[in-house]
Amino acid sequence: MAATASEAVVHEFPLPAILTNPASTPPTLITQGAEGRLYKTTYLLPSIPSALKYRPPKPWRHPILDQRLTRHRILSEARILSKCRRDGLRVPDVYALDESAGWLMLEWVQGTPVRVNINQRLGNRTEDIEDDEELKDLMRRIGSAVGKMHSIGIIHGDLTTSNMMLNPPAGKAETDNVSGLEGEVVIIDLGLASGGVHDEDRAVDLYVLERAFGSTHPRAECVFGEVLDAYKKSFKQAGVALKKLEEVRMRGRKRSMLG
Amino acid sequence: MAAASVASPVPHLPTSTSTSITPASNTSTSTSTSSATSDMAAATSKSSWIALGCEGSANKLGIGLIRHTTTSTTILSNLRHTFISPPGTGFLPKDTALHHRTEFVALARRAIAEAGISPADVDCICFTQGPGMGAPLTSVAIGARTLALLWDKPLVGVNHCVGHIEMGRDVTGADNPVVLYVSGGNSQVIAYAEQRYRIFGETLDIAVGNCLDRFARVLNISNDPAPGYNIEQLAKKGTKLLDLPYVVKGMDCSFSGILASAEALAAQLLQLGPEGAGFTTEDLCFSLQETIFAMLVEITERAMAHVGSSEVLIVGGVGCNERLQDMIASMAKERGGSVFAMDERFCIDNGIMIAHAGLLAYRTGYRTSLEESVCTQRFRTDDVYVEWRD
Repeated sequence: MAATASEAVVHEFPLPAILTNPASTPPTLITQGAEGRLYKTTYLLPSIPSALKYRPPKPWRHPILDQRLTRHRILSEARILSKCRRDGLRVPDVYALDESAGWLMLEWVQGTPVRVNINQRLGNRTEDIEDDEELKDLMRRIGSAVGKMHSIGIIHGDLTTSNMMLNPPAGKAETDNVSGLEGEVVIIDLGLASGGVHDEDRAVDLYVLERAFGSTHPRAECVFGEVLDAYKKSFKQAGVALKKLEEVRMRGRKRSMLG
Repeated sequence: MAAASVASPVPHLPTSTSTSITPASNTSTSTSTSSATSDMAAATSKSSWIALGCEGSANKLGIGLIRHTTTSTTILSNLRHTFISPPGTGFLPKDTALHHRTEFVALARRAIAEAGISPADVDCICFTQGPGMGAPLTSVAIGARTLALLWDKPLVGVNHCVGHIEMGRDVTGADNPVVLYVSGGNSQVIAYAEQRYRIFGETLDIAVGNCLDRFARVLNISNDPAPGYNIEQLAKKGTKLLDLPYVVKGMDCSFSGILASAEALAAQLLQLGPEGAGFTTEDLCFSLQETIFAMLVEITERAMAHVGSSEVLIVGGVGCNERLQDMIASMAKERGGSVFAMDERFCIDNGIMIAHAGLLAYRTGYRTSLEESVCTQRFRTDDVYVEWRD
């Protein structure tokens, strides 16, 4: 459910039943990804904003299979988010869910996707990017957040700069931070995440991030090393995972086709 | 990216042929008279071209002739001869290669006769250079080389996957779709960007068609006309959905675990009968199709969301399946887009798609010398430099 699909929001969709409740704050459709739709609404009080991830039924799938997949994915994401919170990794809190109705309600994380902040920061610049200390510091915060996630046994499965929010420090309005890089990195969208402590899985996770970063921010590729440096310092096994990353890079998508 | 520079395991494969031949610019006013470049000059001033395409990467031998003008494409002939193995068996490389060698001359003669042209009218001989099964590929390449030498025509080696994609674009009129390429040997989700067909997702192990073919063998389902077709007909009568693994990883997917589960259920069915097992052959075919096609639709949808496209083109033998076409169409409609599907003349391997893609490359000046005309079982879709598109 990456924010890259925001342009695809072209036509009206029927709202999920939960959002048609008369007490609901009118929701805003934020994005339509491949998996489902993300709405902004509120939880319990009109002053508590929340994110509703809705996985609508896919009519082309067999209803039993559709139910099974939707249930599994919602429960799995909720369990993984709870585990992250328990182990001290900052991710959105789980407010409520209904796996048979296909929705998961999460804390609304203030801020912007890291992708937006990096692109704003880069603007049209082509020089001095490798000396941008603030940018490098952001890279290190990304590396630490990913390291922390791996250290508690979670593999994200779809790490991109769209799947991380930069949560501005308290007291700062959302819009003030767009050009700045301060704030906490909050990993979001763990819909494809799984539990895992294998170095191989960790390395593949890093490889996915590395490739996504390179294609999203080609000019900032020179500072990506900071992510890996910070990652290395973040937990004991990190060095082994990084060693494995070199192997994964060699393999890449260059698998041969047979038959 | 380090991985991008890893060379193909076959050293003489022309992975970078894009730069090895002088491109014929359309504004060129070349007046070169040297014999070596005469046909290149001809290619720039001509307004009509004819190519003969030879396909034989799997069990279908296909030979077709196509004519391009600057604005139109005409299929002159499109013939196919399929090697069908007995139920319970697959097609082995040796037997398939023998079939292609045996049928090549007769099929080539018929294709020329049906097109109503003489060999002198042909501009180039196109052949499948890979990917595919080694022995059948080589047999057909020998046929193509022979024709090229006999008639003194240039050879053009074609990537099989690119052949499917280009034919699909031409037949359906889809301009820049996300391509779902599903066949017995390949399962990829592809989109075009910057002169290459980029692979966004693919199978991590066996191809979807291979999964269906091998499943058919366990139940002794006939290979005539194709195992997938017979599974599709059986599945129409199935009602019960059995639990099979569902393996999607981002934009990639895997079919080997599903095959193993389906084979285990099939063994149970053969041993206990429908009453004892609690399900029928039809149910099993139905469940297999529902599960693997749902996976394909999911990765296609993810790729569409990722590249921001709403058009899908389905190519490859499995693309003939009407249930798959319906599922993709329903998904595309929900995204405000549309699906382009092809009929069996073009979805199933054929010579015309090789002629078509080969001729597109030929017209940009691409040639494959005799020395470079070796085949390879491994030939990635994104190895091909697509000079003919913007």
